[in-house]
Amino acid sequence: MSHAATSFAPGQSRTGPRILIGLAVLLTGLLVVAPLIYIFARAFSAGWGAYVRNIMAPDTLHAIWLTSITALIVVPVNILFGIAAAWAVAKHRFPGRGLLVTIIEIPFSISPIIAGICYLLLYGRQGLLGPWLQAHDVQMMFALPGIVMVTMFVTAPFVAREVLPLMQAQGTEQEQAAVTLGASGWQIFTRVTLPGIKWALLYGAVLCTARAVGEFGGVSVVSGNIRGQTNTLPLQVELLFNDLNAVGAFAAASILTLIALVALVLKAVLEGRKAV
Amino acid sequence: MIGAAAPIRARRVLPGFTLSLGTTLLYLVLVVLIPVLALILKGAEIGPERFWQIVTSPRTLAAFRITLTAAAIATVFNAVYGVLMAWVLVRYEFPGKRILDALMDVPFALPTAVAGLSLTALFSANGWFGQYLDAAGIQVVYTIWGIVLAMTFTSIPFVVRTVQPVLEDLDTTLEQAAMTLGARPWTIFARVVFPAILPAFLAGSTVAFARSLGEFGAVVFIAGNLPMKTEIASLLAYIRLEEYDYIGAAAIALVLLVFALVLLLVSNLLQIWAARYREVK
Repeated sequence: MSHAATSFAPGQSRTGPRILIGLAVLLTGLLVVAPLIYIFARAFSAGWGAYVRNIMAPDTLHAIWLTSITALIVVPVNILFGIAAAWAVAKHRFPGRGLLVTIIEIPFSISPIIAGICYLLLYGRQGLLGPWLQAHDVQMMFALPGIVMVTMFVTAPFVAREVLPLMQAQGTEQEQAAVTLGASGWQIFTRVTLPGIKWALLYGAVLCTARAVGEFGGVSVVSGNIRGQTNTLPLQVELLFNDLNAVGAFAAASILTLIALVALVLKAVLEGRKAV
Repeated sequence: MIGAAAPIRARRVLPGFTLSLGTTLLYLVLVVLIPVLALILKGAEIGPERFWQIVTSPRTLAAFRITLTAAAIATVFNAVYGVLMAWVLVRYEFPGKRILDALMDVPFALPTAVAGLSLTALFSANGWFGQYLDAAGIQVVYTIWGIVLAMTFTSIPFVVRTVQPVLEDLDTTLEQAAMTLGARPWTIFARVVFPAILPAFLAGSTVAFARSLGEFGAVVFIAGNLPMKTEIASLLAYIRLEEYDYIGAAAIALVLLVFALVLLLVSNLLQIWAARYREVK
């Protein structure tokens, strides 16, 4: 850090750095900080009473519940998938490993709304599996299963991409030693591997949770936006905004913002730990 | 020789290979690959002639033009802003630096709908920023500038976060040598620093551009969504779905998917280039 600072030090004026730092702070203040503060300013603009009333509105409460259920299903499944993928790729050698890693990363580059369209074209009434699903009376789209599956698509890489590089870096020597000593697969994982990756795992889970809670585009396609039934919290924000209920929209948004801020703090805390 | 034998043996020793690979493949096939395949199959159903007709219709073309233009402007802004932020965060010490660094992740963590809502209100005629811009005759909300703003916000982290680690690893002796030879700070940056961060910079910009092309949540709030004027491609696909025009939606979505996969390929190649650059150094 300090070596860098010295590169301009002797005899040079400090104006250049000051201008750059000032510009960075100003732009970030306008672009990032102002929108954050504005959410709370508007949410509380009609006072605490109105804020609480808006949060406690039945449709908003239902949206909070639906978003929580979705995250509670998606995040554990994603953790299991992340561990499985990392274990397979990092601890073993097989042809097509590189391809597998690329496929895991695909959801990052596909816009969530495209993911939603994919799901609708598969499970929707006119979709490939639509007739079969209807014949068996299974409701995937415009219901919880569709919302959960699209969220799984969007968040699929989050845990895997944190755990995988770490498992790869740690190698397989310790696990091999455990095998030699007669440990079972489960014992090896819980006693040898897991302690080494727990912070990265938690880090990935935090990012996954933030993403799952905030998913909008994909869920918007498959939820059908049925008021008080299939609206997740981000969709409820849009609905209230379109209803011209600004305080309600900002109140709902403030909950999502708080979750995002908690995730950022946890991220900062975990970043220090997972590096060790 | 003994060392070379170790990895081959390792493949058989550790348990759980079939279970973990099986789980991974099953999950990827069910959650990711089959749905994407459904889109491709639906697209194949359309036939080249009909496909071309949909994709080149005036409204679709306008949507693609608006999306690409806004994404390009947002990316140019973020390219400059990203390098500025990476430079300031790596090279200078100042109070509040860690907070500034953490703020770079806000657009990742904040749901896009929340960002869209807040930016729309901030820049509308009675918002904190909108009132001054309105007085100056500048309209952001419900124009292409609103789309640019939303795309800019949601893709802020990409350039910063790819350039930052490269800048941290950069050896400063070359810069010091250049300074001893009398080069001015700007010349040092342009001739010594920038070439070193170029691959990472391009990779980050590509990802930012891809993200902007696909951005939906933040844009729909601020754009006003007027056909031919402020309607982005992914929204048009969404509208086609609501009209039960699945063919139209699939065609537009396929084009966006191809864009995304091409950009993924480009950014991967750039990242490989960047990695090689760092090894050589």
